[in-house]
Parts: sequence; structure tokens; C-alpha cells
Amino acid sequence: MSFSPEEVERYARHLVLREIGGPGQQALKASRVLIVGAGGLGAPAALYLAAAGVGVLGLADDDTVGMSNLQRQVLYATEDIGRLKVDVASNRLADLNPHVQIEAHAVAVTADNAREVVSGYDLVLDGTDNFDVRFAVSDACVAEGKTLVSGAIGRWTGQVGVYPPGQACYRCLVPEAPPDAETCSAVGVVGALAGVIGSMMALEAIKLITGAGDPLAGRLFIYDALSAETRTVRLSKDPACPACGA
Amino acid sequence: MERVATMQLTINGEMRELSWAPDVAAMVAELGLDARKVAVERNLEIVPRSLYAATQLADGDRIEIVHFIGGG
Repeated sequence: MSFSPEEVERYARHLVLREIGGPGQQALKASRVLIVGAGGLGAPAALYLAAAGVGVLGLADDDTVGMSNLQRQVLYATEDIGRLKVDVASNRLADLNPHVQIEAHAVAVTADNAREVVSGYDLVLDGTDNFDVRFAVSDACVAEGKTLVSGAIGRWTGQVGVYPPGQACYRCLVPEAPPDAETCSAVGVVGALAGVIGSMMALEAIKLITGAGDPLAGRLFIYDALSAETRTVRLSKDPACPACGA
Repeated sequence: MERVATMQLTINGEMRELSWAPDVAAMVAELGLDARKVAVERNLEIVPRSLYAATQLADGDRIEIVHFIGGG
């Protein structure tokens, strides 16, 4: 796979990075990445991964753009209200980088279809707003042997984890859906936090694809935006994990 | 439960003095937490939930309660 002069110019800032360079950019172009949830986290993640030049970018979301989305879902404009998010996103991302092939999945990801959706990709990002979908995506990634980059936000707190096959999975951290789980619509979320966490998800994906640095594997990154404090804690496999336990 | 003279834990940044050494399950109960809503972090490591009862806390442990969030 070679790059056109236009691509060399487009990716110039990656190509000069020692940890990405030509081989890393080739790896990005050869990669197939799925983003489940084209909302607050999926929007910045999709923008940065498309800009970075991933080969195929899948987006799975059955939702339409609503007015209250625009406070943080930076892929969408006021005129897009009422349209399918994956349709708007496909056009916007194709405008941003025509070298990226966008695959729109206008479906609700569930335990029934998650494996089928996930199986066509090398790497999966999950930024949905629902624990049942998170479990479905994580279980599908465990079953299909895919690495999951999972991000979550609520109020002023964000969390990011990377779950490669064979290491702790998302359910080792969250074994079951918390009762009365807070949703962003109920308790709120500061818009820029979605940008921070969604961008970190894209950045971890770029590291995983290019082999740059140390991925956030087996660790959970926690950002408390109100106090401007972060910490990274280690995760270990739960021997009784319902998904990946022995 | 092991009897100790006194034990200090730091829970969410606050020092607590205990006259006994709980395991993680006992600490979660003592704090009145719903175990389905939180993870327990001990010295920067998440304790897998099935190991709560088998994980004895020790003097000087730093504990953080991590609330699960699922928004996107």
C-alpha cells in the first residue's frame, strides 16, 4: 500500500512522529475500526480516527440527531436535527477524509447482533450510553477475540479502559448493570468532557494500531474534571467473570 | 476476622482508624455501599468483586470507591 502525494501531505504530522511514521500510517490505512455509539464519545472519536486515516471506519447507532445532542456531539449541526446520526456522520467524515471508507450500521446493537457487527473489524470502540449495550459489545469482543476500547462519561467524570483478548474484560470491572444507572439525560454531562474521553479513546486506538507506546490495557483511566485530577488504576481478571472467567 | 490493635485506612482520601481489620466485603457493607454500583480500588488496583471476601485489608491501605458510569 503506497501513499499519494496528497496523503503524504495530509498525514505529514504523523509521518514525522518516530512512533508512527510510514509503517504506522500504513497500519492505520490497513485497519478496520468499529465505533459503537455515534454520540458524545463516538463523535470526537470518529472525527479523529477519520482524520488519522484509518482504512475502514464502521459506525453503529440507530439514533437520530436531537437538539440536546448538539451541546457535546460535535459531528452534528443544527440543520441535521431529525436525521440518522450515521448518515450525517458518514457525509461529514467523508468530507473530512475521502480516503476513509465509512460503513454505517443504522442498527441498535444488542446481544443478538453484536457478534455479527463486531466480527468484521479489527478493533472496537464503545461509547454507548447503556450498560446492556456495553455488556453486549464486550461479550462479543471476548467471543470474537477483538480488543475493546471502552469509554464512559457522566456529570464531570470520565473513564477509559482498553480490554485486549485474554486480559481483564469489561465485565471483570462491571459484572452486572448497576441498578438505577444514571444516564446523561437524567444527571447531565459537561460537553467538553465527551471531547476529552472520546479523543482519548481515538488516541488509544491509534496507539494499538500503530504499536506506539504502552496501551491502556489492563488499566482504567479515571478523570475527575471538577477537581482536575486523574489517576490510572490496574485491572485484573475476575476468576468468576461471567464473560471471560475460567 | 483478624484482631489488631489499631489500623489506619485511607478511604477516598480520608484517614479512618479502625479497631479491626475488615476484608473488602465487610468494608463495603460497613460503608453502606451497593456493591453493584461501585468498584473498590485498593492501592491503585481494582479488586475483582468475587474476591472481596478473600481480600483482607491491611494497615496503611489506600482505598478509593470508583462509581460505575455508563454515559456516552
